[in-house]
Amino acid sequence: MTTSELQFDTPADRVVEGPVLQVDDLHVSFPSEAGRVRAVRGLSYHVSPGEVLGIVGESGSGKSVSSLAVMGLLPNSARITGSIKFQGRELIGQSDTELSRIRGRRISMVFQDPLSALTPVYTVGDQIAEAILVHRKVSKSAAAKRAVELLDLVGIPNAAERAKAFPHEFSGGMRQRAVIAMAIANDPDLIIADEPTTALDVTVQAQVLQLLETAQEVTGAGIVIITHDLGVVAGFADRLMVMYAGRAVEKGKVDDIYQQPRMPYTLGLLGSIPRLDVSEKQALVPIKGNPPSLTDLPPGCPFAPRCPMVVDACHTAEPPLVDVDGSLEHAAACIRTNEIAAADGEGAEAAVEIFGAEVADEPEVAKIPREQREVVLELDQLVKEYPVNKGVVFKRRVGTVHAVAGISFDVREGETLGLVGESGCGKTTTLMEILGLQKPMGGEISVLGTNVSDVDNKRRFEIRRDMSVVFQDPMASLDPRLTINDCIAEPMQVHGYSKDEINRRVPELMRLVGLRPEQLSRYPGEFSGGQRQRIGIARALALEPKLVVLDEPVSALDVSIQAGVINLLEELKSKLGLAYLFVAHDLSVVRHIADRVAVMYLGKIIEIGEVDSVFEAPRHPYTQALLSAIPIPDPVKERQRERIILTGDLPSPANPPSGCRFRTRCFLHAQLPPEKQRQCIEVEPPREVQAPDHEAACHFAQIRQVL
Amino acid sequence: MAGFLLRRLVNYVVLALVATFLAFTLASATFDPIGVLQQRNPPPPAASIEAKKRDLHLDQPIPQRFVTWMGGVVQGDFGRTITDRPITDELGRRVGVSLRLFLLGITIGILFGVLLGVVSAIRQYKFSDYFATLFSFVLLSTPVFVLGTLLKMGAQGINDSIGTNVLIFVGETTPGFQGNWFEHLGDRLQHLIVPTLAIALGQIAYYSRYQRSSMLDVLGSDFLRTAQAKGLTRRKALFKHGLRTALIPMATLFAFGFGLLVVGGTFTERIFGWFGMGDWLVTGISAQDTNITATVTLFVAVCVLFSGWLADVLYAALDPRIRVN
Repeated sequence: MTTSELQFDTPADRVVEGPVLQVDDLHVSFPSEAGRVRAVRGLSYHVSPGEVLGIVGESGSGKSVSSLAVMGLLPNSARITGSIKFQGRELIGQSDTELSRIRGRRISMVFQDPLSALTPVYTVGDQIAEAILVHRKVSKSAAAKRAVELLDLVGIPNAAERAKAFPHEFSGGMRQRAVIAMAIANDPDLIIADEPTTALDVTVQAQVLQLLETAQEVTGAGIVIITHDLGVVAGFADRLMVMYAGRAVEKGKVDDIYQQPRMPYTLGLLGSIPRLDVSEKQALVPIKGNPPSLTDLPPGCPFAPRCPMVVDACHTAEPPLVDVDGSLEHAAACIRTNEIAAADGEGAEAAVEIFGAEVADEPEVAKIPREQREVVLELDQLVKEYPVNKGVVFKRRVGTVHAVAGISFDVREGETLGLVGESGCGKTTTLMEILGLQKPMGGEISVLGTNVSDVDNKRRFEIRRDMSVVFQDPMASLDPRLTINDCIAEPMQVHGYSKDEINRRVPELMRLVGLRPEQLSRYPGEFSGGQRQRIGIARALALEPKLVVLDEPVSALDVSIQAGVINLLEELKSKLGLAYLFVAHDLSVVRHIADRVAVMYLGKIIEIGEVDSVFEAPRHPYTQALLSAIPIPDPVKERQRERIILTGDLPSPANPPSGCRFRTRCFLHAQLPPEKQRQCIEVEPPREVQAPDHEAACHFAQIRQVL
Repeated sequence: MAGFLLRRLVNYVVLALVATFLAFTLASATFDPIGVLQQRNPPPPAASIEAKKRDLHLDQPIPQRFVTWMGGVVQGDFGRTITDRPITDELGRRVGVSLRLFLLGITIGILFGVLLGVVSAIRQYKFSDYFATLFSFVLLSTPVFVLGTLLKMGAQGINDSIGTNVLIFVGETTPGFQGNWFEHLGDRLQHLIVPTLAIALGQIAYYSRYQRSSMLDVLGSDFLRTAQAKGLTRRKALFKHGLRTALIPMATLFAFGFGLLVVGGTFTERIFGWFGMGDWLVTGISAQDTNITATVTLFVAVCVLFSGWLADVLYAALDPRIRVN
């Protein structure tokens, strides 16, 4: 067998006739203790050859289940009815052996979490070769050779060598590349990508999306991309289908859906996303309530309980998906589509109008110039290093991880500083150092003017009152065995509040975060993610702190819930005059909520300043790359944007590059003449003022607009 | 990796020495072999008692006796029993008997235990799962001597119904058996079947429970789904990707199960009249024989430590993530 026989077909070789995938009236249900969960209820869609269909919805909307049904990968307990036709052939009812001949050969799939998607005990090369060997009669060496070619195609440097590595030796982005290599190994006709970039950093997300586009070009396959992020699909998908409670509630061409959404849920979704490209304060649309339980749906529209436009007629029958605006390609399931069409604004603006979202007021203190406000938190050349040890009995130090390498910033009363960067850049270490209130390894931390290095434990305890924290995962950060009342009361008990005061304050805090005090005797398990995060916020506010440290507070929440929590944080800041240190990897959220932003790379702050200045006129190439990597939920803009794709992954903080730490991935550095490159290699760029309240650390800083 | 395992081995030598020293000291301090001798009827003459005391070095302090004994061990001489027979000869024979009995029993136990566990996990909450669970719990809660006796009765029943002694359950070989090597092998096999079954059944029950839960952990994993998405059938994905990964946590169990059983099979050996190591420990203690007790303890220590070492090797072989560079 020669390798040429393992090459991809050209799109012209393919028989283009009818849709690749045709799903009709698909129903999927699972047994559960509460009754049958009807995860998918009458779903119909099709994918044409070479077409990209985006399926958008929140967790539990049935988007993943319907795709697993296509793959025949649902557990045996699932009951599947309806029709799934792949290239005209019915898949429902086929045996596992019959389906296994199609899986990986004609239809392949890319999953969400690349960290667990590969078998830990086999090498990456073997796992890709296996995908070829199960379908084709080729020799093992030919398959291994092809695996290396595929790894090279998906952009793994030094592919022949890396094919022998085990999955744990690959970073998340590289593993996702390997999974994509596997998916395209047999030149499939349909690729299903289930949240392929959700678990990845923004820069890696941009790489993977570009790779999927390449994969589509070389294989000519139809692609179904499933996501909860309307930004991801805006520039990539041709058509979109929005799912809610197991059904399609709106579908149509991408541009139509973004510009003329005709179903209130789609409107809400569009309005709930903070926009990276909007400078004036944007009103975020929170969708109240939670998605319905799928065990026992009431009659009528499942979105009715959360809908701002609900009328009595909505409760009588579930609206069918009907064509709107006289178009055969745009359909929505709502009885009031005409009224939505009559709204003044387009897309997200219409959402603000219909849902009645408001912009929170600026806090009183923000009217005072920044320099005259109290400094709540100040970091001066903070350093944190971890030793790298070797040996079991006699440990010896073989290196140092420079997690935080001398960073300085301050947070003033009533302002929000966003701290952003890829995973591994030192964001969390910085937070932990601040929260620990211990003498740092190097540099200084001051809270409200007190240097934490020279305080005793008693004073340290007092400082803790002024500083509190909200964690990322609302599921894990509340003790499941404490009632909500005990959760919120605990910090006050520790700090010696009287019983009466606690009993008075806890219900007050509940109301403050938008929850009902009657629910105080319940346990965290009875609340949804968004509600739990509100409880976490209430607990953080219990001691009336001046500074709240927020560690990715909304990244674990669904988009519609996220907007509500962001609005709450803004409202609290305005009401209570709080200062926030907001750590996030989602730059859109940071743009929305922060007054100033600090961008970290490998333990250094490379750019810091007023948020509009940094986002609109970024000076550092890394900031420019980060911003350009973030998809904007606007198909027209998105298609015109030029992406700066960073190559490779973050270098190891145990062995950072000399001079400028970013130079190994810097596109600007690569274009410089050798004598200027030497400056990058030899001299570490200092942080220099570029504009009022805007500093960047680059020898060749220049403005580049990327939005 | 080799260096790491070598260093482990050196540590183990020290541990084995400590364990043996403690057993030797304890045995020497509590045993009273002379007292046993004096109670004989008719009592032995005083001169021979004195001679025995000298032979056993009872005039020396215990640490010195240990050093003397250990000095012999290093040269391959484990001393003599109270009845003045060389321990070394008997040790070789008894280790052979124990290994023959347990190697087969444990191998069968591991193989079928893993298989039963996997089937239970894949067919969770089906009839076969409930049956395997019931089977395991009944066996795990049955003491070995009850199981052994029941198996003996069963074997007797089979023999009676066939009319000849196919299954022999006393001893490891028929005394004074005549025949060529093939007939000898057959005779030994006839003796082996019932005791092996007694060991294997308990082992199957034990391993199947652990294998079931480790397999269940893997069943929901993403990589299994990836393997199926590639085009592997469910069965193939389950065995090639699922079971292979689910075996990793079992490595420690296999290794230590082996080490402990070789010496923990006292009951099994006694019930079926096999004179192995477990039987010897009981004999040694009842004869108040320090040398036998210390020898068996040393053997136990070596077995357990070897198991630990084997677990490390197995882990490294099964799991690329922990391979040390």
